Amino acid sequence: MAVSLKYIWVICAASLIFGCQSKPESTVTVAVATNFYTAALELEKQFETQSAVDISIASGSTGQLYAQIKNGAPHDIFLAADQTRPKKLIEDGFAQDRFTYALGQLVLWGATQETPNLAMLTKSDYRHLAIANPKLAPYGLAAQDVISDLNLSDKIVMGENIGQTFSLIETGNAEFGFISLSQIITKDNQISGGHWIIPDELYTPITQDAVLLKRGFDNPAAKAFYEFLKSETARDIIKEAGYKLPDGT
Amino acid sequence: MGPNLTDFGPLWLSIKLALIVTLILLALGTPLAWWLSQTRSRLKPVIEAMTALPLVLPPTVLGFYFLILFNPQSFLGKSWIKITGETLSFSFSGLVIASVIYSLPFMVQPLQTAFESIKRETLDAASILRAGPIDRFMSVVAPLSLRGFVTACVLSFAHTLGEFGIVLMVGGNIPGQTKLVSIAIYEHVETLQYAQAHKLSLTLICFAFAALLCVYIFNRRHPVKIG
Repeated sequence: MAVSLKYIWVICAASLIFGCQSKPESTVTVAVATNFYTAALELEKQFETQSAVDISIASGSTGQLYAQIKNGAPHDIFLAADQTRPKKLIEDGFAQDRFTYALGQLVLWGATQETPNLAMLTKSDYRHLAIANPKLAPYGLAAQDVISDLNLSDKIVMGENIGQTFSLIETGNAEFGFISLSQIITKDNQISGGHWIIPDELYTPITQDAVLLKRGFDNPAAKAFYEFLKSETARDIIKEAGYKLPDGT
Repeated sequence: MGPNLTDFGPLWLSIKLALIVTLILLALGTPLAWWLSQTRSRLKPVIEAMTALPLVLPPTVLGFYFLILFNPQSFLGKSWIKITGETLSFSFSGLVIASVIYSLPFMVQPLQTAFESIKRETLDAASILRAGPIDRFMSVVAPLSLRGFVTACVLSFAHTLGEFGIVLMVGGNIPGQTKLVSIAIYEHVETLQYAQAHKLSLTLICFAFAALLCVYIFNRRHPVKIG
């Protein structure tokens, strides 16, 4: 009996050690702008049911990921929140084959207001309006478009990315903030107060472009996932996650 | 082109924060370290462990709880607004409070070690000469622990100067208020402005090196005296 127990231990240990090494056929790492993180997880789940590819997702602000990719971060695909940085990566030979996978929708979230609007932001009865850092995050840039005429510099606080901006409002430290519609959908609309989807004409569109990165050029799995992003299934997932698509849907 | 002073704004802000935090910690940390060095209370290890916590916790843990603690609906956040009219989050005062907690072990531990190395007899001798507790501390303990004080102050100052994670989480990146040098460097790096990042980083390296060098030179000139 004791002997067989010993064997079990050996088998357990061995399966732990070797189990980790029995990888799926191939892996793809995707760098994703924070706003798209949840949608990317959905896409991953869907794609992994239909192929033996293991997708791993790294999220950050578009600016942060861009800087990391330029400095050799091991990603195959970049799902940015703007067009500028994917374009630059192609110019510098770090990427190819750019396409627009989603149009971001900016939202004004009032944690204590059922129906927040821009007029509320000009009043002095609140303290802080959170936006993502416009230098790093395209949603921050879009937010700046919306409020540029309102002279709110003494109210603005910045999160490093749209995810951190969300947490500044969620924890009650800022009363208002500009975030993405996708974040509210991620939370199943379970947020305090209310939100207002900013009309498209008030800001330069948040055109979110994808590029295939150098490391993914020779990775068939990366290419497969990249093509999957253009499929009808993927587009439906993206729409459900709170984005528009370039053809006006 | 003269030197662009706005670039160094975040650096001055960091230095100001580090100075204020060091002074507050000196006032709070000295009695705490003294109590820890003298007490036989069973609570001592508990207090010691609590003091050392910021050493082992990632700044994200502190940042997360400060975010919750500082919000205007919390007791602390609300009281602070009542007293000062400003919020704790996104303010310089908030950073001061966060940094005092974050750098506490760097003040308390060197002081405690210094106090513990003073022999009982030395203190007894002072008592026999009718020195009161405060007199005893000022004329016996403090001079004998000078080295501990210098180390504690420099470490607290340096550690606060190097603060990043908490500030990123509760600061809100407001120029002149919460945009510290570490945040400014991060922003420069992330936006690929490496020249500016170098400028600030190298200044910081030189400054930190000079500060530490001063301590080590001082410590060499003032070797530990056996009380």
